[in-house]
Amino acid sequence: MKKTPPVVIAGFIPLLDSAVLVAALEKGFAKDHGIDLQLVRETSWANIRDRVAVGHFDVAHMLAPLPIASTLQLTNLAVPMLTPMVLGLGGNAITVSSEVWWHMRDFGAEVDGDPVSTGLAFAKLIARHNSMNKKTLRLGVVHPFSGHAYELRYWLKAAGINPDEEVQISVLPPQLMPDALATGQLDGYCVGEPWNTASVQTGVGRIVTYKQAIWPNSPEKVLGTTKRWATQNSETLTALLQALSAAADWCGIPSNVGELAEILSSEPYLNCPPEICLPALTGQIQFDAETSRLILDFLSFSGGSHALPNPAHAVWFYEQMLRWEQADVSESSLFLAKSVFDPDYFRNALGFSEEPPVAVLPFADMAS
Amino acid sequence: MESSLSILVIDDNAIRAAIIEQGLRDAGHDKVVVVQTVNGLLRRIADANPDVIVIDLENPKRDQLEHMFQVSRAVQRPIAMFVDHSDSSMIEAAVDAGVSAYIVDGLKRERVKPILDMAISRFRAYSKLTQDLKDARTELADRKTIDRAKGILMKTKGLSEQQAYDLLRKTAMSQSRKVIEVAQSLNIASGLLGD
Repeated sequence: MKKTPPVVIAGFIPLLDSAVLVAALEKGFAKDHGIDLQLVRETSWANIRDRVAVGHFDVAHMLAPLPIASTLQLTNLAVPMLTPMVLGLGGNAITVSSEVWWHMRDFGAEVDGDPVSTGLAFAKLIARHNSMNKKTLRLGVVHPFSGHAYELRYWLKAAGINPDEEVQISVLPPQLMPDALATGQLDGYCVGEPWNTASVQTGVGRIVTYKQAIWPNSPEKVLGTTKRWATQNSETLTALLQALSAAADWCGIPSNVGELAEILSSEPYLNCPPEICLPALTGQIQFDAETSRLILDFLSFSGGSHALPNPAHAVWFYEQMLRWEQADVSESSLFLAKSVFDPDYFRNALGFSEEPPVAVLPFADMAS
Repeated sequence: MESSLSILVIDDNAIRAAIIEQGLRDAGHDKVVVVQTVNGLLRRIADANPDVIVIDLENPKRDQLEHMFQVSRAVQRPIAMFVDHSDSSMIEAAVDAGVSAYIVDGLKRERVKPILDMAISRFRAYSKLTQDLKDARTELADRKTIDRAKGILMKTKGLSEQQAYDLLRKTAMSQSRKVIEVAQSLNIASGLLGD
């Protein structure tokens, strides 16, 4: 008798970088590798974390810093977690309201997403704002332990802005960001696509810079699971990683972009117009109505050796947690953080022998 | 006796929130406030100054709330989920039922457990209620479909209602299908053939 394929239940948040999991199911890669993959759409990262922790989900689409934060007991319902694969690199941008952009232009912001000139212009705007005793500018991120939070803070600090004092950073679900910008509850935000494009297309916001310009080819979303599940289901995990690698390769082929946008925008997934998925998938980024640029690898679905979790990236995330006083300095925490981004599972599953590529980190980091 | 705990219920589903509120009041909790996740939520939390916060898991603003609890000075005391991390069966029961809770740090577990048990049971009751309603609706729709199929058979083959139903059932059995499926196929086919 044929063995029934193992069921793997995966939670995801409706974002473009859930593509690898979605394609693994919709394009049959999971089935080809003997996995009965079941996807469950979630509404918050807190739910993803809780449902992985209690075992409702075997694996999940996660913000890259989240499995580290959970392992270091910095979150609620913290359990030791593991990141056996990177699901997406890049894909985020910083968007500000049209009014803020108008002032930033006056202060010398470049139009093509350059992080340095836009950061300095934003700093000048804040200085003027403060000198006139105006209300503190409000910026949104999706989660305190997220690439978005660290990129935004990095960009601000590099321009000499203290993110904890000179602006107000609040947390909001990604799909609500464009609305919050339109109604004036936020002056800007850092979020994954398509939620920057959504504001650009309605003329409410303007993309000022993007993740790929701040930290090239950096991990954004990862596959997260508990260490316990990974240990108890090593064969299933191996097959799953092979399936996801094949799915990532499929997502990375330019001629599949149209079909991928069609699938991702459909009702069970993002449930949005397919057009707003296209800029990030093609790299043809519309900064505002007049300015668009082709940014290769704006968002990429790893695949190959880029999918290898890199302990050096985990160290960078841990350093950000220290920098913004989310965690305490300790040797054991550093060791634990590194152990979360374990490249061996993926390497063994795919038969790679090489080390992860040398990690490129943001320039001039802790110095500023 | 210790003073009674104040409880804040955050739920955009007004009916479910009312069910939970009633349950808590029936159990003797008189300090219950229900809010929806509208703007100014933080102020309302600060005003209510709750010992326990109950929130539904479907709420997309959970991340926002957790962040507020972490950084806000308006919400006086640090709030953590569940008193004791070791009580995993309760955590599982809560997540299963679709509810999450935050409590003031340091609160005794015995005092909070009945509240969470209550919230969990009411969330379950609500899910069952909506499922029953859904089943009832499906049943009604199915009955209409079968009635229509019977009508077609009665008209085209001159059968009685009982004979029409027997024919549907016999066909379903011989094809290992459900009566409703056969009825649906017949209705579609009949529609295609112009009734």
